[in-house]
Amino acid sequence: MIWATVVMALREIRRNTLRSVLTTLGIVIGVASVIAMVTLGRGATAKITQEISGMGTNLLIVAPGSDRRGPTSASATALKLDDATAIQRDVQAVAEVAPTASRGVLAVFGNKNWNTVANGSTNEYFSVRRFVLAEGELFSEAQLKGSLACVLGATVRKELFGALDPIGASIRVGSVACLVTGVLVAKGPSTFGQDQDDFIVMPLLAFQRRISGNTDVGTVFVSAKSDQLTIKAKQQIELLMRERRHIAEGQANDFTVQDMQEISSMLGRITGSLTALLGAIAGVSLLVGGIGIMNIMLVSVTERTREIGIRLSIGARGKEVLLQFLIEAVTLSILGGAIGVAVGLLASFLGARALNLPFAVVPEIIGVAFAFSATVGVAFGFFPARKASRMNPIEALRHE
Amino acid sequence: MSSAPGAVPLVELRAVSRIYGRADSEVRALDSASCIIEDGEFVAVTGASGSGKSTCLNVLGCLDVPSAGEYLFRGVNVGALSADQLALLRRNYLGFVFQGFNLLGRTSALENVELPLVYRRLGSKERRLLALQALEEVGLRDRALHTPAELSGGQQQRVAIARAMVSKPQMLLADEPTGNLDSAKKADIMQLLVRLNQTRQLTIVMVTHEHDIAQYATRIIVFTDGRITDDRKTGR
Repeated sequence: MIWATVVMALREIRRNTLRSVLTTLGIVIGVASVIAMVTLGRGATAKITQEISGMGTNLLIVAPGSDRRGPTSASATALKLDDATAIQRDVQAVAEVAPTASRGVLAVFGNKNWNTVANGSTNEYFSVRRFVLAEGELFSEAQLKGSLACVLGATVRKELFGALDPIGASIRVGSVACLVTGVLVAKGPSTFGQDQDDFIVMPLLAFQRRISGNTDVGTVFVSAKSDQLTIKAKQQIELLMRERRHIAEGQANDFTVQDMQEISSMLGRITGSLTALLGAIAGVSLLVGGIGIMNIMLVSVTERTREIGIRLSIGARGKEVLLQFLIEAVTLSILGGAIGVAVGLLASFLGARALNLPFAVVPEIIGVAFAFSATVGVAFGFFPARKASRMNPIEALRHE
Repeated sequence: MSSAPGAVPLVELRAVSRIYGRADSEVRALDSASCIIEDGEFVAVTGASGSGKSTCLNVLGCLDVPSAGEYLFRGVNVGALSADQLALLRRNYLGFVFQGFNLLGRTSALENVELPLVYRRLGSKERRLLALQALEEVGLRDRALHTPAELSGGQQQRVAIARAMVSKPQMLLADEPTGNLDSAKKADIMQLLVRLNQTRQLTIVMVTHEHDIAQYATRIIVFTDGRITDDRKTGR
């Protein structure tokens, strides 16, 4: 009986091809957008994770400030070079330490100028942050003691020098002249479109003396000896810093030590909730699609009143008429769901290629979207079907 | 329905009334109508429009139930049955033919004839076989795959008769079966009904307002204002 009813429903759907297509369009769009949103969201998350591990999973970032979630406390004491030296000296799990101070500057060469960021640091900066030298050299021992030398990020080099050779040239950084010793290999933009190559590195001492005018160190980049030692290094640094900053037991830290996994999971949460939000919005369109099905089924029930009368007169029971219309609605929504899955996968495949994201199919969401579309069919098909099943056969037969 | 045919009359109406509307504005479509129809009869129910003949057919066809009195189908009181039981009664024992043919549009003659068998849960091969036999009997086997729109009025009514016959009912109920046809087609359809009545001993109750059509029946019941005012054999 069910099978015969399904066959009947399919025939009815084929008989009204245009109407059926329009009816299912809502479901198709709903399912497709849910799948596209979630698939692209997962792709973005995967790319971010990949990018962060490219920065080094053993990277730790020490910065002043009481709570990483709130705004940085103005009263938090800045880090100093001594802190970095202490970390290097006292924490066994640490491989390299790069104390870094930063400030926005205007860099000028010839008639070109470029707004960028100057980082005062040490040669460890490059290895800890995984930057590779493209040309020239890192800072010499002598330069590290306070000479005005600099290494350029790929973007700065391009903007100031174009095709010219920058090595050995002198640029003006802020108000001081500075010798270019090396140029870095580009990392390219991040997922969020941030240029990772737009900066200048100078020896920390020179930076403090000539650019920032104080002895503060904004951030200390630390690399653990291995990925496994990252958490241990983090704990040890926290202990050491609490001691150095005289924080009493039970008091909160006035600094933060972030590891990449933490940043990765934080970004994962952001993209995750973004994905959920987009998915929910897409889910609303699925709901609207369901209402579309109900609408058409109601029209169809009225239009086919006579047919219902015929069926009742030849001995169909109310529940059999109900089943027929319900199966028709569910068949429509499942067809819509199947087409929606195909369209959604195609759209997210093309979208992933256009946005340069990995194509990360989430099998569960296909199942969920499909099941949801069937549920929509039952939920919104039931009311019209019940209306059909409760018709009086005499009146239904008389209906023009 | 366990009784053997003949022992209990097929149909017995005992003072059946069908009343529409409320007490102050009630309409008595049927007013204490009583009659017995035996197996194998061909009954024409006639009367002016509004005389209650269609209501009588609806009651006989278990599409409607009496407001008062009793309708016994093979001894079973139809008034006591639920809507689902009435549907099963129609499915297993009754066949309908309507004035407007009432075939499903854009559906082949074969599929139309198969429809009652779908509800009887027959397999598709058996359905096809029985439906083709029924179409053969009304002379439309070669039109099996045509849709109603591709058939003439007379042909459509033959398909409708095949549909009513395919489940081998005990009684065929026809509501103005020739009302939408020209006179040549009318005779065709009536001869088909007479043949079914004679060769299969099929009981037929037909509503008609046309005197000459009523003459094909073996018995004529005349309704006036909801009451049976005449009930006679035609002598055919």
